[in-house]
Amino acid sequence: MSRGLRLIPIILLISVVVGFAWRIVRPPDPAVPSQLISRPLPQFALPAALPAKPGLKSADLATGEPRLLNVFASWCVPCADEAEVLGELRQRGVKIDAIAIRDTPMAISAFLARHGDPYDRIGADARSSVQISLGSSGVPETFVIDGRGVMRHQYLGPLTQANIPGVLQQLDEAR
Amino acid sequence: MKRALFIALLILAQPLPADSNLPPAYWANRQLPDPRQEASARALMEELRCLVCQGQSIADSDAELAGDMRDLVRRRIAAGERPSAIRAWLIQRYGTWVSYKPTAEAAAWPLWLAPLALILVGIWMIRSRIKLKAPR
Repeated sequence: MSRGLRLIPIILLISVVVGFAWRIVRPPDPAVPSQLISRPLPQFALPAALPAKPGLKSADLATGEPRLLNVFASWCVPCADEAEVLGELRQRGVKIDAIAIRDTPMAISAFLARHGDPYDRIGADARSSVQISLGSSGVPETFVIDGRGVMRHQYLGPLTQANIPGVLQQLDEAR
Repeated sequence: MKRALFIALLILAQPLPADSNLPPAYWANRQLPDPRQEASARALMEELRCLVCQGQSIADSDAELAGDMRDLVRRRIAAGERPSAIRAWLIQRYGTWVSYKPTAEAAAWPLWLAPLALILVGIWMIRSRIKLKAPR
């Protein structure tokens, strides 16, 4: 066997090790973004999650003005973290609707009493079926929806204070 | 004494549950009454990727979202929908990421070409060995 050929296994080994090292230093992003961005929301109609608030259907999200759609749950710890940011957006006049994933009215009202209630409507998604139809992969997630009911942006994970200017700008652009 | 108490409390401490307030969806862990439908639902669930425990199929995963996806698959199969249509519906939402079945997109070409390349290398290696032996 020629000299060059003998080097092949070593080169292969080195490239495998380099490949592993690269993925350890720079792990792949585990977020799975929705493929429906810049497409209209799928049709859905969810029953009210609370007796005092209306449920949510897709037509409610195409009213001519941009809105936020927040996917949350009372049992989700980062959602409690995010509540303050949603409250602040609400104070600045942002309209926010929500889908409550696998939740009960009692737990939701306790959660909203404790962390504040920024929502106009809350739909109850007991089997995560609407969440799946939106291409959402967890809680919390927030979608920027324009006036025609088209999904413009998606935030995976909790919104933070740092997101506020960006969200306001995206809502403005979606007008 | 304080330290022993602290350790005892640590041992007794329970993790904060990150599970939801509802029991699993009806069809999450229940087989369809029609064995043929159940078999095709099962085959599809094994090829769909869990969004939470990435790397597991929804058939294997204990995540609640995986349970809800199994429920969705079984409901649609029971309603007469074809597995390929359900897969396409999910790919439309989550991208090809959600399916374990390789597609013909450009990113998957190495996957399809690798076996051919390996067979060609194998043939070449065998040929060179036969040639070496020939003079004897």
